[in-house]
Parts: sequence; structure tokens; C-alpha cells
Amino acid sequence: MPELLLAELVNKQQLKKDLFKFSIKAPNIVKNSKPGNFVEIRVSEQTEPFLRRPISIYNLDRENGILEFIFQVKGKGTEILSKKEVGSSIDVVGPLGYGTFKYEEYQNIAIIGGGIGIFPLYELAKCAKNNNKNVNTYIGFRNQELVVLEEEFKQVSNNLVLTTDDGSYGKKGFAINFLEEDINKEKIDSIFACGPLPMLKAVQKLAAEKNIPCQISLEEKMACGLGVCLGCAVKTASSPKDSPEYLHVCKAGPVFNSKDVEI
Amino acid sequence: MQNPGVEYFAQNDLPFLRSFDTAIIVNACGSSIDEYVELCKILNTLDIDGVELNLSCPNVKEGCMAFGNTYEGVKKVTEEVRKVLDKPLFVKLTPNVTDIASIAKAVEDAGADGVSLINTLLGMKIDIDKKRPVLANNTGGLSGPAIKPVAVRMVYQVSQAVNIPILGMGGIVNGDDAIEFMLAGAQAISIGAGNFIDPYTSVKTVIGIEDYMKKYNIDDINNIVGTVQMN
Ligand SMILES: Cc1cc2nc3c(=O)[nH]c(=O)nc-3n(C[C@H](O)[C@H](O)[C@H](O)COP(=O)(O)OP(=O)(O)OC[C@H]3O[C@@H](n4cnc5c(N)ncnc54)[C@H](O)[C@@H]3O)c2cc1C
Ligand SMILES: Cc1cc2nc3c(=O)[nH]c(=O)nc-3n(C[C@H](O)[C@H](O)[C@H](O)COP(=O)(O)O)c2cc1C
Ligand code: FES
Repeated sequence: MPELLLAELVNKQQLKKDLFKFSIKAPNIVKNSKPGNFVEIRVSEQTEPFLRRPISIYNLDRENGILEFIFQVKGKGTEILSKKEVGSSIDVVGPLGYGTFKYEEYQNIAIIGGGIGIFPLYELAKCAKNNNKNVNTYIGFRNQELVVLEEEFKQVSNNLVLTTDDGSYGKKGFAINFLEEDINKEKIDSIFACGPLPMLKAVQKLAAEKNIPCQISLEEKMACGLGVCLGCAVKTASSPKDSPEYLHVCKAGPVFNSKDVEI
Repeated sequence: MQNPGVEYFAQNDLPFLRSFDTAIIVNACGSSIDEYVELCKILNTLDIDGVELNLSCPNVKEGCMAFGNTYEGVKKVTEEVRKVLDKPLFVKLTPNVTDIASIAKAVEDAGADGVSLINTLLGMKIDIDKKRPVLANNTGGLSGPAIKPVAVRMVYQVSQAVNIPILGMGGIVNGDDAIEFMLAGAQAISIGAGNFIDPYTSVKTVIGIEDYMKKYNIDDINNIVGTVQMN
């Protein structure tokens, strides 16, 4: 069951000009969260901005009941959030989403993320590594300036490939190209992805071609995050063209089996 | 309309809803008069306390809006449903019309028990970088505090035109908002978008209404309905 909480902001770190890591005290949410879950944050007590903002869980510190998330300042909501000070409270609902990353049955897993889509993959990689999985991580950025969390991901991966589109840092190219090369070599038996839509589409296609189970975390505009407003619909892959059927990213997702959805 | 339909509702949702000690009013939408009638025939057999006809959903392409726009359309569909429905019948109106009072009159003339308003206002948001509408459907229903002044005005206008009860809504997030609707003429209120930002909005609204009653020594909240005094 998701919980509504005014959680204390215990630590705040600015990772880049427009990128912040928040650590909040939320023992119950932490206890109930799985890799892939997200939370909804109300940034203002006023009614403007009105709706909560969905943000993925980056890291769960189960021992201390601390939940961490990383967000980019995009518009008004995230701007207000970024100004909160340590000691103040964050109005949060979570954990949300029944569709989470399920890595338990696999052994040689590939984790692939791009840009700000890498955040929800950290907790997954961490859990998988702690459970003795062989974790192969591929993270891509547009250029050197945007590279973050390299050290963090290195700690939770057996093998980390970092790419930039322009080659200004790490390997040059798209992360998926390097994943593709490794599939046979590393005997990859599952793929977990989060990132921009073109990347997810490419991963979905690759997984289908190689017949590898694949889970992707989707993003949609969300009003409620609770499965009520039906605003975050995604078409099911099996539904006929003339009468589309939908799943809702906030409820059935955000993580889906890549075969189940049409993106 | 993205919902699983009335059979699914009857089997799966209704038993759950019935486990709470509260009235259940079902919001019903169709795409033709026949569909409204068929749906309400089924609803009439279910263990529910009332039906609210939705004549006003802007998010469905060739939806119910067509019926909600004219006196004749609203009267016709309401009359037909009235013939097959013995349960309390509310009709919910779209605000996207020129003269809301005349539409509400159609509801009363057709024999409904009450009128609900307002549904969402048709809106549009453009992403100025992509130069495209943000919504996949291009336009969509606007709700929440932004529409409250329009809703209050319409509730007032309708209260001047009909004698049946009014269920008021549109942007209510607390007790003060609810009181405004009641002063304007609403006997009851409901909350939509407010639930999205805080699941306890309804509870807080009830507490807020009670605070107002204490402040002004009101024993029965019905006493304030429609008591706004015009300047
Ligand atoms: C499941 C999920 C997990 C997410 N996790 C993260 C994360 O870990 N880190 C991060 O930086 N961002 C994340 N996002 C994106 C983040 O929610 C948006 O960047 C944020 O809502 C923008 O709000 P704003 O007020 O700053 O921008 P505005 O543009 O002012 O927002 C306007 C409206 O659009 C919605 N919106 C805008 N962009 C998005 C978007 N991309 N996805 C969903 N709704 C959006 C807002 O919620 C708001 O209702 C996630 C989105 C989803 C759906
Ligand atoms: C996501 C969403 C879904 C809605 N679905 C319906 C619906 O199925 N039937 C209906 O009559 N009104 C529907 N409405 C309209 C609301 O019931 C309400 O009339 C309107 O949003 C104004 O009230 P509010 O500001 O409290 O939300 C919907 C509104 C929203 C935001
Ligand atoms: S955000 Fe409301 S249903 Fe998903």
C-alpha cells in the first residue's frame, strides 16, 4: 500500500547545475519499495503547481530508512523542489507502480540506461549485484558534460560500459551497440532498460530479435500516479488496431515486459 | 471511454464499494441514446443508489458531448433514461455551452432528480519548444482550482433557473471551496482532481465545512444553500 508522508529532507546534493539528489527519511516507504518503483511529490502546499510530480527511486537505504531520488530541473515543479532545504519536509506518496524490475530468476543480466533514465536502474543493479548476479551495465549520455554517477554504477556492476554519443568521454556511440556486442560473450539472459523513447524502442527490438526477456521502464505524463485518472495510458502490444486496449504506466508499470507494450 | 464496462463493474468493483457505509452513485456515459438506455436498464437492476448521466466528456472523440450541448438533446436523452430508471437520476452538464441555465432546465423538464455541474472545461496546452499541443488528443478536459470561478458562477446561474437539487463541483480542494459552492446554490458537492494531490482531500473538506459551521453558529448546513446575497 502506498503511503502519504511528510518526509524529512536529511541530505541534499547538487550533482550538476540542474541535477539534484535528495535523501528523505521514509522508513515505511523504503520497507515496501522494490527496484523500479517511483514516488509522487507535491512540491507546494498551495494549489499551484497543482499536480504531484512523479520521480523514480534511485536508492533505498534499508538500514536507515532513507529513500534517495535524483531529479533534473525541468519546469516549475522541479524548480520549486530544488529549492527545498535540508530539514524541511517533502510531501511524498509512495511506493507507486505494481510493475517493478524482476531480476531474481536471471543470472547474467544487462542493465541499459540513457540520460536521466539511468536513475531507477541503480537500485536494481545494487540488488542484483548483492544477490550474486552478473551485472553488465551500459549507460549512455549525449556528451561528457552530462555524465553522472559513473563511480556509483561501477560499484554495483561487474562490468560497466559508459558511452557518449559524441565520444567526448567513455566509449563513442550508443550504449545499445555495446550491449549488442556483449550479448553472446556475456551470455546475457535478460535486459532491463530505462531511458529516452528511441533507446527503449531499439532495446525492445534487439530483445525480440535475440529472444531475450526484457523489461523496460516507461515514462508518461501523470496526473494522479494511482491508476485513477487514466491519463498515463500505453497501448498493449496484443490489442487489435481498430480497438486499442490500454495499460496504465503508473499502475501496471512503470516497468513492463517489453513484449507487452507498443511504444 | 477508457473503462472496462458495466459487467466488469458489477462483478468486480461494486462488491468492493459496497463494503463501505456510503451511497454509490454511478456515472454513466454512452455514445448514442440507445446506449444510454441500455446501460441504465442494467444499472437499474444493480445494488446502487443512483445514476449520474455524463453528457459531457470532452476526452472522447465522438462522445457524449453532442448530447450535452442543446436543450433538446439533453431533454431527449434524459427522458428516455427516466423511462427505464427507477433510481435517483442526476444529469451532469458540460460547461462548454453558451447558456448553462437553459440546459439545466432541460434536465428538470425531463424529470431528473438533480443536476450535476460542472464537468471539465475544454482546454489546450502548447509545448512552445516543440510547437505542438502537449496532449495526445490535442485538447482535453481542464479541471482543478483553475476552473472553480467558472463552476461557482454556473452553479449560481443554474440555481436561479431550476428547483431540483444541484451537485456542485469544479476545483474544490477544501472546506472553504465547498462552502462557496453551497452559498451559490449547491446542495451537495463532489471532488475530482483534488483527490489526485491528496487522498485525504475529501476528509479535510468535511472538517473544513464543520469549522465554518462552528465559526458562524450554523446547526444545519442546508441552511446556507443558495444564501449568497448579490451585490
Ligand atoms: C514514472 C516516472 C519516473 C520519473 N522519474 C524521474 C526521475 O527519477 N528523475 C527526473 O528528473 N525525472 C523523472 N521523471 C520526469 C519528471 O516527472 C518530470 O520531469 C517532472 O514532472 C517535470 O515537472 P516540472 O513541474 O518541473 O515541469 P513542467 O513541464 O512544468 O511539468 C508540467 C506537467 O507535466 C508533467 N510532466 C512534465 N514532464 C514529464 C515527464 N517527463 N514525465 C511525466 N510527467 C511529466 C508534470 O508532472 C506536470 O504535471 C519521471 C517521470 C515518470 C512518469
Ligand atoms: C481525469 C479525469 C477523469 C474524469 N472522468 C469523468 C467521467 O468519467 N465522468 C464524468 O462525468 N466526469 C469526469 N471528470 C470530470 C470531473 O468529475 C469533474 O466534473 C471535473 O473535473 C471538475 O471537478 P474537479 O475540479 O473537482 O475535478 C473527470 C475529470 C478528470 C480530471
Ligand atoms: S497517472 Fe493517473 S492513471 Fe496513471
